[in-house]
Amino acid sequence: MPAEPVAVVGIGQTKHVAARRDVSIAGLVREAARRALDDAQLTWADIDAVVIGKAPDFFEGVMMPELYLADALGAVGKPMLRVHTAGSVGGSTALVAANLVAARVHATVLTLAFEKQSESNAMWGLSLPIPFQQPLLAGAGGFFAPHVRAYVRRTGAPDTVGSLVAYKDRRNALKNPYAHLHEHDITLEKVQASPMLWDPIRYSETCPSSDGACAMVLTDRVGAARSPRPPAWMHGGAMRSEPTMFAGKDFVSPQAGKDCAADVYRQAGITDPRREIDAVEMYVPFSWYEPMWLENLGFAAEGEGWKLTESGVTGLDGDLPVNPSGGVLSTNPIGASGMIRFAEAALQVRGQAGEHQVEGARRALGHAYGGGAQFFAMWLVGAEPPAT
Amino acid sequence: MPEVLRAPLVVEFPFTRSLGPVQSAFLTGLRERTVLGVRTGDGRVLVPPVEYDPVTAEELRELVEVHATGTVTTWAWNPAPRSQQPLARPFAWVLVRLDGADTALLHVLDAPGPDAVRTGMRVRVRWAAERTGAITDIACFEPYGSEPAPLPRAHNGSFPRTAAGPAAEAVTGIVAPARLDYTYAPGRAQSDHLAALAERRIVGERCPSCRKIYVPPRGACPTCGVATGEQVEVGPRGTVTTFCIVNIKAKNLDIEVPYVYAHIALDGADLALHGRIGGIPYDEVRMGLRVEPVWHDGARHPDHYRPTGEPDADYDTYKELL
Repeated sequence: MPAEPVAVVGIGQTKHVAARRDVSIAGLVREAARRALDDAQLTWADIDAVVIGKAPDFFEGVMMPELYLADALGAVGKPMLRVHTAGSVGGSTALVAANLVAARVHATVLTLAFEKQSESNAMWGLSLPIPFQQPLLAGAGGFFAPHVRAYVRRTGAPDTVGSLVAYKDRRNALKNPYAHLHEHDITLEKVQASPMLWDPIRYSETCPSSDGACAMVLTDRVGAARSPRPPAWMHGGAMRSEPTMFAGKDFVSPQAGKDCAADVYRQAGITDPRREIDAVEMYVPFSWYEPMWLENLGFAAEGEGWKLTESGVTGLDGDLPVNPSGGVLSTNPIGASGMIRFAEAALQVRGQAGEHQVEGARRALGHAYGGGAQFFAMWLVGAEPPAT
Repeated sequence: MPEVLRAPLVVEFPFTRSLGPVQSAFLTGLRERTVLGVRTGDGRVLVPPVEYDPVTAEELRELVEVHATGTVTTWAWNPAPRSQQPLARPFAWVLVRLDGADTALLHVLDAPGPDAVRTGMRVRVRWAAERTGAITDIACFEPYGSEPAPLPRAHNGSFPRTAAGPAAEAVTGIVAPARLDYTYAPGRAQSDHLAALAERRIVGERCPSCRKIYVPPRGACPTCGVATGEQVEVGPRGTVTTFCIVNIKAKNLDIEVPYVYAHIALDGADLALHGRIGGIPYDEVRMGLRVEPVWHDGARHPDHYRPTGEPDADYDTYKELL
C-alpha cells in the first residue's frame, strides 16, 4: 500500500522579536498553534496528535517542556511526541509529524517548534565548561567562521558574496511581517561596513537571537479535501545524520546533507533541482552558508554556488529565490528556525506568502541543519498532490 | 596505565521566566497574601492556576480567590531535608486542597513528626515574612483545626493601593536558578591523552579498521564504531588548515582581541584540532602556516601555537583536513 499523501493545511507563526516578555512559553506556543488552526479552520478537537520540537532543554532550563505544554496545545488525551535534533529540530519535527500521517497512524497532526531565546542561555546549553578540556576559544560564530574561510579558499569566491546574501535576506525580511529584523534603512554599504566579528564573518552576516514559534497542521487526503485554502503537498522528505567530527568530514559540504537532498529529490522525481524547484528556504545562520548549501543541495556544481548568489539568481526576483522570507539571518528562534523554513516553503506553493511570494511557485524546498552540521532535515512541497 | 581522571562539574544559571497573565496574577497574589485559582469551562477551580483548560484546551482567564485554609489530600514524610528545600527540619511533603479549590497544591507541612500528619487533616498557609512574588511566599503549611470555608470569590487579578503601602506592581517575571552537580570522568582514552600532555607529548589513537589517527582520542572511531587503543604520538608540529580572526571578547575568556583561532592538523593526525595562534601578527596568519605548540608551566594544554619558520605547507597536503 503506498504512503498516504501528506498535505499542509494550516500554518501559524508568532511575530518573531528579541523578547516576548508578555507571554509564558505556553502563551508563545499557543499563539502559533492557534493561528495554524485558524488558517486550517479547524478546532482542537480535529487534531489527533501533537509533535513538538525545540533546542536542547538547557536553553531555557525547562526540563521536558512538552509535559507542561500539553494543555496549551490541546494534547490532553492525545499522543504527544517531542523531537530532539539540535538546530535542525524544527525540520525533523515536521517530518516526524508528516510520517505519522503518511503511515496512516493519525489523520491530522499539529506540529510545532519554538524557542524563547530571551529566556534561554545558548552558551550554557551548547558549551558547558568540561573539566580537563580546553575551552572553545571562539564563541558561536568562531565555530563557523573557519569553515567559511575554507569555502572561500576552495572556490575562489570574492569576499563580497557574504554581504550580498545578508543584504538580500534583510531586504526580503522587510516583506515578511513575521520576520524579527526589519532594517528599513539597510544598504549593502552598511552590511559591508559592519564590524568584523569573526573574520571573515561580519556582524550583519550573523543571525539574530529571537523569541518565536511556528506551527503547522498536517493532514491526509480527506483532510486536504476539506481545507478552505489550497494545501501544500509533501513530495519528499528525508533526514540524515553524521558524527559532529570525524576524519574526512567535509564541513563545507557534509556528505549527510548531500545524501539527504538526493533522497528528497528521488522521492519527488526531481532530476534537475536548479530548474525544477521554484523557491528554497534554507537554513543560513551565517551569510556564506547560502553559497555553501547551494552546492551541497545540488543547485550548483561544486565551487559554483557563489556565482548564483553574485549574479542575483537567488534574489526574490531571480529564477531561484533563496530565503524569500528573510531566512534565519532575519529571524532565529533556534528550535523553530527549521520549521519556519519548512512552513515558508509551504506558504510559497500555497501562494500565501504575501509580499514575499515568489510568482508562480509550484515546488519549494525547506531545509534545516544543526548540531555542528551533524543533522539534516529537508522536505519538498508542491502545489499539486504527489503522483501516486 | 594511568588512573582515569574524575572531577566535579557544576553548572548553574539563573534562568528568567516571563509569567504570562495567569501566573503573573497568581504570584502577585501570593505576595499580597492572597491565593488565586482559575475557573475552568466545567466550573472547577484549579490551584495553582493554569492558562489553558486541561479538558477543552480553551484559554482560561476567570480568576477566583480561594482560602488560605485547606485539607491534606496525601503526604510523604521527609526525614532528611536537603539544603534548598523549604524547611531545614524534617517535614511532610503535602498536597493541599485549599478551601474553594478543586485541585491540590504541592507544598510542605511543618509538623513535629509523621505521627502528627494524616490525610484529611486541616491546615492553613503560614505566610513568609518577606514576600517577593514566588511560591516560597507560602513559607509552609501548618496544622489548623477549622471547618472548611465557603466558596471562592471572584477576583480581577489586580491588587490596588492599600493602607499598608503603595499600589502593588504586578509580578511579571521570576528568576529560576538551576544547578546541576555532576562528577565528570573523561574516560580511559582522554585520561591517557592528558597524562601524555603532562609530559608535553601529544598522543592520539589509531582506528584498527580505517587506520585514521584521532587527536584528541575519544576511545572509539566515530566512523567505524570500533574501539581505538593503539597510541600514536603526533606532532608536535602541524599546519594551520583554516582559521578565523576573533575580534570580540568571549565571556570568561581572558584573551586580548584580536586573536586567531585556528584548525591545526598536527603532523600524523587525520583530523584537525583547535587552538590559538600567537607569536605572529594576527593579520599575517594564513592557511598552510606551519606551527608548533607553546607550553606554559602549570597548564594542562598548550597555551597557543606559534610559527616554526618552515615554508608554508602546500594546499594539497592539508585540503582534506580543514
